[in-house]
Amino acid sequence: MGADSTQLRVGRIAIYVLLVFCALYYLAPLYVMLSTSLKSLDEIRSGNLLDIPLHPSIAAWSKAWGEACTGVQCQGLAPYFWNSMKMAVPAVLISTLIGSLNGYVLAHWRFRGSEVIFTSLMVGCFIPFQVVILPMARLLGLMHIANTTTGLIFVHIVYGVAFTTLFFRNYYVTVPEELVKAARIDGAGFFFIYSRIILPLSLPIFMVCFIWQFTQIWNDFLFGVVFGGTDAQPVTVALNNLVNTSTGVTEYNVNMAAAVIAALPTLGLYLVAGKYFVRGLTAGAVKG
Amino acid sequence: MASLSIRNVRKVYPNGAEILKGINLEIEDGQFLILVGGSGCGKSTLLNMIAGLETVSDGSIFIGDRCVNDVPPKSRDIAMVFQSYALYPTMTVRENISFGLGIRKVPKEEQKKIVDRVAETLQMTHLLDRKPALLSGGQRQRVAMGRAIARNPSLFLFDEPLSNLDAKLRVEMRAEIKLMHQRLGTTIVYVTHDQIEAMTLGDKIAVMKDGVVQQFGSPQEIYDNPDNIFVAGFIGSPSMNFLHGKLTRHESGMAFSLEHQGMVSLLPLPDKFPASLMPEGVIERDIILGIRPEHITDAISARRSEIAGGYHPTEVDCTVEMTEPTGPDTLVFSWFNKIRATCRTHPRAAAMPGEHMRLAFDLSKAVLFDPVTEQRL
Repeated sequence: MGADSTQLRVGRIAIYVLLVFCALYYLAPLYVMLSTSLKSLDEIRSGNLLDIPLHPSIAAWSKAWGEACTGVQCQGLAPYFWNSMKMAVPAVLISTLIGSLNGYVLAHWRFRGSEVIFTSLMVGCFIPFQVVILPMARLLGLMHIANTTTGLIFVHIVYGVAFTTLFFRNYYVTVPEELVKAARIDGAGFFFIYSRIILPLSLPIFMVCFIWQFTQIWNDFLFGVVFGGTDAQPVTVALNNLVNTSTGVTEYNVNMAAAVIAALPTLGLYLVAGKYFVRGLTAGAVKG
Repeated sequence: MASLSIRNVRKVYPNGAEILKGINLEIEDGQFLILVGGSGCGKSTLLNMIAGLETVSDGSIFIGDRCVNDVPPKSRDIAMVFQSYALYPTMTVRENISFGLGIRKVPKEEQKKIVDRVAETLQMTHLLDRKPALLSGGQRQRVAMGRAIARNPSLFLFDEPLSNLDAKLRVEMRAEIKLMHQRLGTTIVYVTHDQIEAMTLGDKIAVMKDGVVQQFGSPQEIYDNPDNIFVAGFIGSPSMNFLHGKLTRHESGMAFSLEHQGMVSLLPLPDKFPASLMPEGVIERDIILGIRPEHITDAISARRSEIAGGYHPTEVDCTVEMTEPTGPDTLVFSWFNKIRATCRTHPRAAAMPGEHMRLAFDLSKAVLFDPVTEQRL
């Protein structure tokens, strides 16, 4: 017994050591980014990459946010950050809502050919971004929304609906069919059942879609750089421009601060809603 | 309240599968109809069609004197109880019951009155503010019934409502459903695969197989006079015995001759099987005799019931293969011409396995089947 429990404890310790090592390994780049962003350029040049900042200062952060040059303009990341917000929030909300309705129909109001439609939507998940660039550019031009935030929202909705539909449909098939039947007999119609029976069950999957879509849309670079023009550029494109704008010395601290700023919203969303992400992906609907 | 009439109803799916092949059923106002059969026989499909959840491919369904083929579920004046109960998980019991009332624009005051009354009849007033997840299986079943009752429909539909309950609770809820029917007197259509539920609850039973109604009648009719071997074997537990033998002339009437332990036993058939009524070519041919376990019993019990005015049984010596004591009776199993027959005997009269025992055959309730068509003769 004693030998067994000692062995068990040794095993535990080994597992924890390994886990801590992995965590440190993955957190190291974040640490380097944060500490570098708080150092002055002199300190960066003289010290080691892993050193703790001796005189922490947020000067690099305010420069990255408000003054750094992205190409010819020197307004920092701020305007592009808001561009990204104006693009991501509506695109996430609309694509999630459409996906939810699609999923509801495909799971509970099957019709002739609904499986074919579902399969075609699935194909949408596998189409690489690059393939749609030319036709999409033409389409945006015809719709007179090229180089605008509206255009980017449109692109991301079209691209996102395939994923959100997949998520919602697979979640809603776990909602017992009999619930919908019971509601129909009770006299509820299509939208009434959706809003009163289905929606209240959907919080976990909404969280999954919010996180997934927000991450996809916020982090997208290709669509942003192609369809964003000059006025609607998202923060990812601006970050690239900021880092690649070389006038004199490379300001590592500013670059690092800018990178963290660009990553903050997705990071924040994970912290707030992350627990739903795992729960929504693994758990089925509430059993009646 | 309403009668229900199903006329030549068929269900064909787009892929060509014919689930229902012309169903004709008719029940009066206030009757309790059971649709019973194995899985895949189409009973649930038929119920869904009555509810309006599935379309009718052909034929027509009348609730009262109204053809409801094209009437949406909510306008059919029906309520349905599902196997999984289908309680709305995010709503309390009270909200579950009043959901349908709210849609029908019943005033709030009235809704509350109805919910309270229903809760009181089903003794679940203390559950009204709970969510379904916090209820036991029996309580959920009760709420599902309450939701149906609150609607005060003219037709109740039950889709295997007791299948998810444990054995004891099932018996209790069965009685409760029967009491509810007696109290409300509403017409009920009830789907089940359990022949005991069918026998105990129904005014009328429709035994279904492969999308066809095999027999439609009162439970006793179906039990006593099954139309074919499927119905005979499906209804009744333990199942009816099907003995293979020959039909022969015997004295003035007919007899069933059974090969048994190397000998031929003659079981004389009662007068209700006169030779004159037998179809051509059946006599001296192979035939199947259907006899229920309670009509093969120990000789002593048989003589006792003979004194009480029963039919004169024929006694046959057999070897007991196995016994199953059930308490009031002991089931005795013995082989007759390669068929293992179940016999219901008095516990003290049952022999031990391997021993000989004299069994008495009461053929007054026996039925004869054609071995080829499996139909009743």
